[in-house]
Amino acid sequence: MDYFLKLLLSGTAKGSIYALIALGYTMVYGIIKLINFAHGEIYMIGAFIALMVGGTLQAAGVNPAVILIVSTLAAVFFAAAYGLTMEKIAYKPLRAAPRLSVLISAIGMSMFLQNLVLLSQTEKYLSFPSFLPEFLFLKPIRGYINSTQFIILIITSIVMVLLTLLIKFTLIGKAMRATSQDREMAQLVGININSVITVTFIIGSATAAIGGILICSYMGQINYYIGFIAGIKAFVAAVLGGIGSIPGAVLGSFVLGWTESLGTGYISSDYEDSFAFIILILILTVKPSGILGKKENQKV
Amino acid sequence: MEDIKWKEYLKNSFISMIWFSLLLFPMLVMKITVKGGMADVTYRWGYMVIVPVAAFILSALWKYFRERQQGRESNEKRGEIAAFFRKAFIENKKIQITSIILAILIMAFYPVFSGMYNTNVMISALIYIMLGLGLNIVLGLGGMLHLGHAAFFAVGAYTYGLFFRYAEQFFINAGISTGWMFWIALPAGGLMAAVFGVLLSLPVLRLRGDYLAIVTLAFGEITRMVLQNWGSVTGGATGISLIPRPWFFGVNVTPKLAAIYIYYIVFAFVIISIITVSRLENSRIGRAWEAMREDEIACQSMGIDLVRNKLTAFVLGSVWAGVAGVLFASQTTYINPDSFTIWESILILCIVVLGGTGSISGVILGALIIKLLPEYMRAFAQYRMLIFGLALVLMMIFRPGGIIKKVRKVYRFPLDEVNDTAAEGQN
Amino acid sequence: MKKLLLIGLTVFIVFAGCSKESKNIKLGVAGAHSGDLASYGIPSVHAAELVVEMYNAKGGVAGKKIELVVEDDQCKPELATNTASKLVGAEVVAVMGHICSGATKAALGIYKDSKIATISPSATTPSLTQSGDYPNFFRTIAPDDAQAKLAVDYIVESLNLKKLAVLHDKGDYGKGFAELCKAEAEANGIEVVLFEGVNPGAPDYSAVVNKIGNSGATGVVWGGYHPEASKLVQQMKDKGMNIPFVSDDGVKDDTFIEVAGKYAEGVYATGPIDTSSNPMAVQAIADHKTKYGDEPGAFFLNAYAATVAVLNAIDKSGKTDYDSITNTLRSEYVETPLGKISFDSRGDAIGIGFSVYQVQNGKYVVVSQ
Repeated sequence: MDYFLKLLLSGTAKGSIYALIALGYTMVYGIIKLINFAHGEIYMIGAFIALMVGGTLQAAGVNPAVILIVSTLAAVFFAAAYGLTMEKIAYKPLRAAPRLSVLISAIGMSMFLQNLVLLSQTEKYLSFPSFLPEFLFLKPIRGYINSTQFIILIITSIVMVLLTLLIKFTLIGKAMRATSQDREMAQLVGININSVITVTFIIGSATAAIGGILICSYMGQINYYIGFIAGIKAFVAAVLGGIGSIPGAVLGSFVLGWTESLGTGYISSDYEDSFAFIILILILTVKPSGILGKKENQKV
Repeated sequence: MEDIKWKEYLKNSFISMIWFSLLLFPMLVMKITVKGGMADVTYRWGYMVIVPVAAFILSALWKYFRERQQGRESNEKRGEIAAFFRKAFIENKKIQITSIILAILIMAFYPVFSGMYNTNVMISALIYIMLGLGLNIVLGLGGMLHLGHAAFFAVGAYTYGLFFRYAEQFFINAGISTGWMFWIALPAGGLMAAVFGVLLSLPVLRLRGDYLAIVTLAFGEITRMVLQNWGSVTGGATGISLIPRPWFFGVNVTPKLAAIYIYYIVFAFVIISIITVSRLENSRIGRAWEAMREDEIACQSMGIDLVRNKLTAFVLGSVWAGVAGVLFASQTTYINPDSFTIWESILILCIVVLGGTGSISGVILGALIIKLLPEYMRAFAQYRMLIFGLALVLMMIFRPGGIIKKVRKVYRFPLDEVNDTAAEGQN
Repeated sequence: MKKLLLIGLTVFIVFAGCSKESKNIKLGVAGAHSGDLASYGIPSVHAAELVVEMYNAKGGVAGKKIELVVEDDQCKPELATNTASKLVGAEVVAVMGHICSGATKAALGIYKDSKIATISPSATTPSLTQSGDYPNFFRTIAPDDAQAKLAVDYIVESLNLKKLAVLHDKGDYGKGFAELCKAEAEANGIEVVLFEGVNPGAPDYSAVVNKIGNSGATGVVWGGYHPEASKLVQQMKDKGMNIPFVSDDGVKDDTFIEVAGKYAEGVYATGPIDTSSNPMAVQAIADHKTKYGDEPGAFFLNAYAATVAVLNAIDKSGKTDYDSITNTLRSEYVETPLGKISFDSRGDAIGIGFSVYQVQNGKYVVVSQ
């Protein structure tokens, strides 16, 4: 039982890692029906920026709390700027194009950003110093959950609640929902869909940057390729929960985390990824639009 | 008027210059290394000159081409060069046939004058043509976004590899040349891929669009993971080495001759697949696929069996990949799961989309460009993925139909006046 | 226009003429020179350049100058066959490379049939030499089974562990090392309570760490590279598990200590015997610093030794054909930065071995020879 609890908790921690990235994925998808393949790259770039800014400040001997705040702000700013620019260059000209073209453009963007970092920085793994505070009250139960995992879990929940509130209760949220339901109709009632999409990308990229800092602090290392690996998993999680739905992305991430963790614990970690993909196929076969996804009516 | 335009361009370029300098500053100017837990940033100020200048020029070019493109879209005017080529190659049967014959002739004598290295490179390009044509059935004709094509490639390659691994001793004992195994594995590889195609289509039949994409991706990854982890059977990450080259009249051929020999086998298969796919395209089943791509519900209500349609598309697409896999294994003589990652599937997808979704000549050109350019531009090896990524984005924006757009078959009425409007309507 | 054509033609002829008429001995260098594994391949190119420069300054070998043909394979098997056929086409007499075991295997099929001796500075898969499939293959690095045996011997004799968890990264190198360790451990009466692969690059290994805790293992053996190793030790120590962590050459890299920081302390790793005090090695490293301006990277000395061995074989036999090169490699001892080495009948180097290292105060220290 103790073992089960440990596995469940590590699955939860893992799920919250996936969720941080999946939230941005699902948000962009929900509004413009685009699988933003390059989302993982934004997460990686955010973490790199945090490392650069944090590292510079650390060398200057600044207080850790200040480092954490300043590097987070810088990472969020740059990630949002990258997201915004990416949208302007790679997706906006394709608004009327078929879905496949936009997907290919996203794949191209993902390759481009990955290699930009590879060539301009390094192909090696870099150590990522943790700027996060350590909660001493968690020390006695560190076999179950550690401080960084705890912080990730808390922040994921906060981000999820904030995003849900934003979409449900604010004006821009309303505009987002309208754009998502019917783009042309939304334009007719006076919504500037371009600015709605821009805002969506900014928010999605900002959450990715926060995810990047937290997850890299947890892993203790960074590399140009981390975005792609995490991106694929987050994408699976988002689809599992019903892509486009924010609670769905979180639920899907937890399901994925638990499956992987329990599968590893009771069967074998050799097939860890296979468990993730098999549960995905099973759920999609039973419910083709994911756990919390809405069934879309098809029209001719 | 001109004056205002100039000012607009300048202003626009100036803004992007500042924006990109800011955006790329941390990535290009700062270079971070971490030593002893402390980050150390070195500054490469040289980029601070290059980035603004490049951003200024590129943004002006971007604006110019975008405006030109938009102008063209509204006027429905084609560029003169494109029209010329269209007239010369597609509408003029004589030139079309001559150029096809010429291309076949060049390809047929290619290994004779090109040497072993070039032949080997061309073999891999030809193998990717087959892969592209297979995916073209699923994606270009059937309209199903398939991100796991490399799995079928792997199934073919491993059919041959495993057959060799477990039956080699039997062949040696029976005194039969191991080169014969290739000829047995060739149809077997296609068959196995077809079986896997059916397996994949079972969960896929109900799905569409992006859900289909993710399930095919999952399928591809599961296949690769099984190959990697089931070491006792598949050889795991170590792979299978020393796979025999095809039998050639009992002669133990040198790699150079073997390359030429395999080249002709692959070449023959490429020709066969081109003919088959182009025949399929305009057949009853091909038209059904295209109807399915355009609209599933409308297609169903016309009395087309969607299940059977999807199944045949997947199976036929996979067969080519399986055969290509066997050819690949015989060319490299060594296979391991790393050759069949998701990037491989993405590469094949890019071949189809860059070349021109649905267009056979487009897929051929796409495969040649994607496999040959990086190989012969080794000097830019470092930058090839960067350039490739950028090329994909630009291609989608400026030429979304691919390099060679698919030309739909036009059914003409005998009346001259009617057919012009009909042709335009079809395009 | 005509003029331009004429100039172009002349240039073309001159160039074509040049490449055809060179009477130099060509030595191929193949490995990952771009892409994410470039840091393993570039040092070997530098090493080859330094050695060739040195020999050419002395007048070359067998009366001829040496010329390098450098080709990139990015450690990908399918590219390695192209690389190999390019080198064969360039008529190289021997190849120093490839770097990764997978790429080496793919390329060896072609070299073997073209009768070209191949000497790798870094491909450690045991089967390359031990299967006897590749008579043209040599290497200046000890195979993985020697490493696994040493690691397990150390576990038995010095650490006295009875229950082991063996983990690997599912890769060719890591899984191979793990399997050899498992077999060796079981032969020594150690119980292997856990044998599993983890996903390289995954953000979190806490589930598998829990599993190690649950299995009752008193020590962990890791087969693979350092990025995953540092995540594993970090997450183990975070959970309060302070059991010995023994690993391989892929972890015996200063980057591991950089990345894992304080968590690296106490980790054991096997690695090639430290020969950096060898006078030839000191010289080679100093030359590298003057020519390229920085410290040499991974496998630099192995590549240096490999190049020296090949050129020495050509020099001693005075011929460049396959049989003389391979026979001389097997019969003659040669002075290299790795010490005085020769090759056995299977192609493994005689006189090269491993030591066990431990991280102490942020440095790898030899704990057992």
